[in-house]
Amino acid sequence: MNEGSSALVLVLSGDPALYAIVRLSLVVSLSAVGLAALVGLPLGGLIALTRFPGRAGVIVLLNAFMGLPPVVVGLAVFLLLSRSGPLGSWGLLFTPTAMVIAQAVLITPIIAALTRQTVEDDWSEVRDELNAMGVGPLQRLMTLLYDARIALVTVLLAGFGRAAAEVGAVMIVGGNINGFTRVMTTAIALETSKGDLPLAMGLGLILIAIVFAINASAWALRLYAERRIG
Amino acid sequence: MSDLPVTLTKVSYVVGETSILRDVDLVVRTGAPTFVVGPNGSGKSTLLRLVMGLITPTAGAIEWAGARDPAPRRRAMVFQHPVMLRRSVAGNLLYALEQAGVEKSLRDRRCSELLQKVGLSDLADRPARRLSGGERQKLAFARALARSPELLILDEPTASLDPSATLALERLIAQAAAEGIKILMASHDLGQMRRLAGDVVFLHRGRILESASAKDFFEQPVSAQASAFLRSDLILED
Repeated sequence: MNEGSSALVLVLSGDPALYAIVRLSLVVSLSAVGLAALVGLPLGGLIALTRFPGRAGVIVLLNAFMGLPPVVVGLAVFLLLSRSGPLGSWGLLFTPTAMVIAQAVLITPIIAALTRQTVEDDWSEVRDELNAMGVGPLQRLMTLLYDARIALVTVLLAGFGRAAAEVGAVMIVGGNINGFTRVMTTAIALETSKGDLPLAMGLGLILIAIVFAINASAWALRLYAERRIG
Repeated sequence: MSDLPVTLTKVSYVVGETSILRDVDLVVRTGAPTFVVGPNGSGKSTLLRLVMGLITPTAGAIEWAGARDPAPRRRAMVFQHPVMLRRSVAGNLLYALEQAGVEKSLRDRRCSELLQKVGLSDLADRPARRLSGGERQKLAFARALARSPELLILDEPTASLDPSATLALERLIAQAAAEGIKILMASHDLGQMRRLAGDVVFLHRGRILESASAKDFFEQPVSAQASAFLRSDLILED
């Protein structure tokens, strides 16, 4: 396993090009999670707590969108941001911002759908109590989102996992430009096809390590919170 | 603002084909505790939930101090299985105080007063969902008192408690009643009824069969069903 050992050397030696790629990956995916949370958490909570015609259809659509193919999202955002597209004048195509937008579009349905489910389950449990306290609609939403905060961290994590692992969307709207829009997944795809397996494997190792570390800390947070909050 | 008296006029509650309450006329006014009693499935919980305004009657009308708006003003409810928010004991109480419109500067003091009253001061920082059944019921009681209610509705609050926790809660209920809070409470504990009740409403199959002072109800029940209920706490299908 010659390539395996050179991959390890690359990771441990702190190769600057490699770490620039890792940093951009984290910045893009975490920003996408932030953006998707701003939309997805209130949206999911709102759908959970309201009744309107066509609600069942919206929920089915949202659940279906959890499985959106990244390349299709990439294509849609590409068309939106390309020169001749409606938002072409913003000049965002092939920038990290475009990648954030594409990943946010990809994971907003995941965060909204899982939030909807969580909040709706909690609501059926506390509905009588909150109604007996005369809690109004907006307060109700805030209360339930806050009450479900531990579960919602796991929801955001699911979104992060999806964003950090996808290739298609960032490849299409970012263009995998060296030193500018190259992230771990697009680099792995490129280096593998070029035959530079050590770099691809090194990045793969780091990607797995990051996902592992984030899940481990979320698990620890959950244990701590369960003891503290119940 | 007031919630009393609560007036129910020809109130029915039907779910699908099942009629849970039929033509109930009832006035809840200031005074000694009113107990709603009857066998399982007689409609006690539904009646309490209607009075609380949590559900709307399918026929008839309910008025709180003459108004039809079901938003709770000076009434509160303690459920058989209270649900706490994922916060500390004090956090749950502060939340209730906030919802009751208590001014922010007064909440902390009111919170410790209430915790002391129900004997939970030592557990203020404990996660509320980690409390034992008896402690949780006390917290639910404190949370209800946070609304400064004039009407306090309790749905079999001691049904799943051990004797000492039951006694502690009964003391709190008696104290609240002595302070002028109207108690409307469902129970099928005859001993508890003898200890606390001023009036009794006897429900059977969704109808009020008797509405009397506790003394009259115990000494000379009018209906055969009530007599049977008092004899054995058991009513067989007729």
